[in-house]
Amino acid sequence: MTADAQNDPAVRRAQEERLRAVWEAPKGWFFRWTDCNNNRVGNWYVLTAFAFMLFAGVLALIMRTQLAAPENDLVSASTFNQLFTLHGSMMMFLFAVPMFEAVSIILLPSLLGARDLPFPRLSAFGYWSFLIGGVFVAGSIFFNAAPDGGWFMYPPLTTRKDLSGLGADIWMLGLSFIEVSSVAAAVELIVGVLKCRPPGMRLNLMPLYAWYILVVAVMILFAFPPLIAGDVLFEMERLLDWPFFDAARGGDPLLWQHLFWIFGHPEVYIIFLPSIALFAMLVPTFARRHLLGYPWIVLAAVGTAFLSFGLWVHHMFATGLPKISLAFFSAASQAVVIPTGVQIFCFLATLWAGRVVWSTPLLYATGSLAIFVIGGLTGVMVAVVPFDWQAHDTYFVVAHLHYVLIGGTLLPLFAGLYYYWPLVTGKKLSDRLGRTAFWIMFVGANLTFFPMHFSGLMGMPRRVFTYPAELGIGGLNLASTAGAYLFAAGVALVVIDLALSPTRPKARRNPWEAGTLEWLTLPNSENWGTRSIPLIESRYPIWDQPGFVRNVDEGRYFLPDAEEGRRETIVTTVLDARPLQVVRLGTPSVKPMLTAVALGGVFILTTYHLYWLALLSGLATLALVLAWLWTGTAEIPEKPCKPIGHGLELPLYLSGPSSSGWWAMFITMMADATAFSGLVFGYYFYWTVHPAFPPSGAGLDGPGIAWPMVALGLTLASWAATVAAREVHARGRVALARMLLVAAPLASLGGLAAGLAGPWSTGLDPTLHVYPAIVWTLAIWTTAHNGIGAIMQVYTLARSLAGRMTPTHDADLRNITVFQHFLALTAIVTYLTIGWFPEVA
Amino acid sequence: MYKYKVGARRVRRCEKGVMRRARRIFGAMAATLLIAGCNRHQSALAPFGAEAEQVRHLTLVLVVGSVVILVALAGLWVAAVRAPEGRLSHKGGMRLVLVLGALVPTLVLFALLLYALPMMRPRPVSRADLRITVTGEQFWWRVAYQPAGTPPVTAANEVRIPVGRTVAFQLKASDVIHSFWIPGLAGKMDMIPGRTNELVVRADVPGRYRGACTEFCGLSHARMALDVVAMEPAAFDRWLALQRRPAAPAPARGQALFAENGCAGCHTVRGTGALGTIGPDLTHFGSRLRVAAGTLPMETEAIARFIRKPDDAKPGARMPAFPHLPPDDARQIATYLQGLQ
Repeated sequence: MTADAQNDPAVRRAQEERLRAVWEAPKGWFFRWTDCNNNRVGNWYVLTAFAFMLFAGVLALIMRTQLAAPENDLVSASTFNQLFTLHGSMMMFLFAVPMFEAVSIILLPSLLGARDLPFPRLSAFGYWSFLIGGVFVAGSIFFNAAPDGGWFMYPPLTTRKDLSGLGADIWMLGLSFIEVSSVAAAVELIVGVLKCRPPGMRLNLMPLYAWYILVVAVMILFAFPPLIAGDVLFEMERLLDWPFFDAARGGDPLLWQHLFWIFGHPEVYIIFLPSIALFAMLVPTFARRHLLGYPWIVLAAVGTAFLSFGLWVHHMFATGLPKISLAFFSAASQAVVIPTGVQIFCFLATLWAGRVVWSTPLLYATGSLAIFVIGGLTGVMVAVVPFDWQAHDTYFVVAHLHYVLIGGTLLPLFAGLYYYWPLVTGKKLSDRLGRTAFWIMFVGANLTFFPMHFSGLMGMPRRVFTYPAELGIGGLNLASTAGAYLFAAGVALVVIDLALSPTRPKARRNPWEAGTLEWLTLPNSENWGTRSIPLIESRYPIWDQPGFVRNVDEGRYFLPDAEEGRRETIVTTVLDARPLQVVRLGTPSVKPMLTAVALGGVFILTTYHLYWLALLSGLATLALVLAWLWTGTAEIPEKPCKPIGHGLELPLYLSGPSSSGWWAMFITMMADATAFSGLVFGYYFYWTVHPAFPPSGAGLDGPGIAWPMVALGLTLASWAATVAAREVHARGRVALARMLLVAAPLASLGGLAAGLAGPWSTGLDPTLHVYPAIVWTLAIWTTAHNGIGAIMQVYTLARSLAGRMTPTHDADLRNITVFQHFLALTAIVTYLTIGWFPEVA
Repeated sequence: MYKYKVGARRVRRCEKGVMRRARRIFGAMAATLLIAGCNRHQSALAPFGAEAEQVRHLTLVLVVGSVVILVALAGLWVAAVRAPEGRLSHKGGMRLVLVLGALVPTLVLFALLLYALPMMRPRPVSRADLRITVTGEQFWWRVAYQPAGTPPVTAANEVRIPVGRTVAFQLKASDVIHSFWIPGLAGKMDMIPGRTNELVVRADVPGRYRGACTEFCGLSHARMALDVVAMEPAAFDRWLALQRRPAAPAPARGQALFAENGCAGCHTVRGTGALGTIGPDLTHFGSRLRVAAGTLPMETEAIARFIRKPDDAKPGARMPAFPHLPPDDARQIATYLQGLQ
């Protein structure tokens, strides 16, 4: 295909026909739900998250009604506790994080001129997991079984069986399931940003939204796993009575707080940075100029992410930790103001330097920044330790966090909604309704939350189902309640605006006259994304590159066709986006949905202690995943290369670090290793809080040094065999590679048996004390990885025997080697910790 | 309907609207505050102790600083939106970001840390100072006064402290995490099972105050309050001496009912046969200000109702209900308890 050929309209029409056929969405009452295209899945995702937000908002209204007057008895204490637990948990786990991922799934391909995300089926899997887990958690309130321990779920209140019920398990297992889907989406987004950019879009030309996605997804990758590790310990205590948080048996409730807040504080920035990202897209559009200080913004975003992992103790200022560490975390908490200030001033300077076109999205952005800044200032206040000792766990903090989240997440999302609605539907929303809704929400939010600063300092603790009249805070609370209803009215107006949208005419293309790539989208958009994948030379190509839109539309850039009838997009290099490969993308399939159902079954059945059925569900999950991988990944193409225009010819198959699959494996394993370090942190945390650790006594001595060292040796042998198999396989010695792939899983299974033999043979009783419990946990974690590693090795062997893997097409083998690297590291840390450390401690 | 492209005048008109609306909102807020009555007994804004006084001062500094920053930022934003194109050069913009976005916040925050962090240092405690161990329970407070050199005195749900003297609270928890907060006295400190935290305070103004549990601790978290009395030192010493003495109940039918119904299984009334330690010590119950951890008034009817159905006032309370106890018997027990001065 040459540029000249594109002059012929008939050629272009034929190409479009082929693209349309390839990217056609599945039809039928059931099969339409098997779609995995980013537009469709992204829209489902956004709508579901929005619905959960409205639901959680209604819960808040009930709470505000209860608190309108002192000693009110609209709802019982039990219901109230379920309401605030679910409100917080849903807004965090079912709205804020998924909403960011959903919006990114919609936007990212068009921001990057890609046809879809690298792993469309993974998006679909993530969505179905989210839906199932979300309905499971949210629906529990209708059965009076919702979690009621607060969204932070502090043990021992939530781990003691006599003080908490099924709700705690629903929270832990339901939300763990959703965390899995969040991590899956994060992997997808990171690989999308790093590997699916259009040719020429070096990292420093990337739209800022993509930078923020990258930063936030990396944060999810490191923030969620500690919580998953905490969840593991938590459920072990609830289901098996392993005393991780029971002080009477050597546990410590503070470990949960550390693990929770190592997740919980980055979480705040995980849901705030995407909003800044939306500002970074719309501010230049309405200032009619490039964003001022691009590198500063990127550095500030990275800096915020980095700092956010060093702040978690500011949620624990009142737990009695040493003053010196409080001072450190206080300073770190305030330092985060600096990158935030840089970002806000970059926007301010851009507006100052540009020609401002006032608009509804800009009104939302301005209003949300005003609210956010108030929340930020009270944030500085609570970062000052002595002030926090007064404000902590009072309504002052409720006010602070809602200012941050409404100004930093909710209103910016509405700004994004008004800005990007034309991109998704081709229609503009009503400026009049939008503006009115904004003012109602703005007044409502302030009326709700401003008085709470005072009710908090005047003695109102958080999470109280009522308060005595003698505190004199009835008037403040009544104002808050009125404000909440006002705010809800504003949200309702937005919903009405959205509902009226189908009746409105289509807007023109790029209605805001923006300069970034995503506005190539036509009002009647097609599933295939951009018509041809452009060559990028500027941050604002629509403004800066002459003839850009026409060239894209007429297919004069890359990959304007789908000759082989396959869904394809271009994979480029990580740093400078040199084209590397044409990758074939997943097509609609029922497998992601079924896998989500099966995996959901594991979590949900475990909640009800139906362990055998949960095990069956787990086996079904494994079978589905293997079937999905076998049929849908690392396919050997019918020809090695294909032309993509302008004389460029790209391979259709890549393996190793240049392929997207290798990166997905690597990134997933980073998350896995982070969860593991959460558990290791637990071991050494107990060591620091106990004068004698390991303790001595019957059932406490173990696991000895012999078995752990045998397990370590066998695991390393399995690792070495896999690495050797990769090397000899690449040199064409397939038979030897297969023999190594027979030996490797045997060694791995041996490692599994030896790893468990240590604590087993020494009779470590995990219900007796926290020491045997944490040793068992580390051993189980590592040996479970041995098992998974063995399955991977056998799978790869089978691929080789089935002719689906050859020395030139060895993605499977290279990917499982990544897993083995991480497994080897995990085994070294585990067995040195549980086997060798007690000898030297 | 906003026009897509608007002139500078249009923008300005719009901003006037913004300002007008903003004035209206803040007017409404000020009114809200005026309506609200101010309590003087459970408020960080009405301190009676040295620590809380210091934090109130800090609060004022922080609030004034915040308002100044907020107003300055709002003014800058309005100016930025109004400024004609090109008023700010690229270089000028970058300087703005550097100075106002990075340098000024760094300096302000550094100054703030230098000013505020020394306030974290607790006042020194000597061996002679009064120690009070308070243990959080669902949903009440176990209190033990430990004056130097004498055996401890047990009480519950009420803390009395002498003004002008240093007092060190030793904070523990028996079941779940609680948090000990007397806003007029000092900031809060968590009570965590397996740990002992210390909170050192000095009350300055005598009076009756109130504290509350601030860590969510279960169903009746909202009903876990604490009466606090700051007393002149001499009066405090007299009071503590009285508390140290065993109960001297007048013989009454209530005492027999108390024993018959097994109340002694959980409650101690020193000087009688009641030695239970699961629930609050009731030796000088009648001398306390309120019942059931600051929840009910010290009145016979309220106590009798609580004895029969504790769940009504405190959902999830550990105390078993006695719904079959005749109301009159409950009143007898209540009268007996009130007599324990």
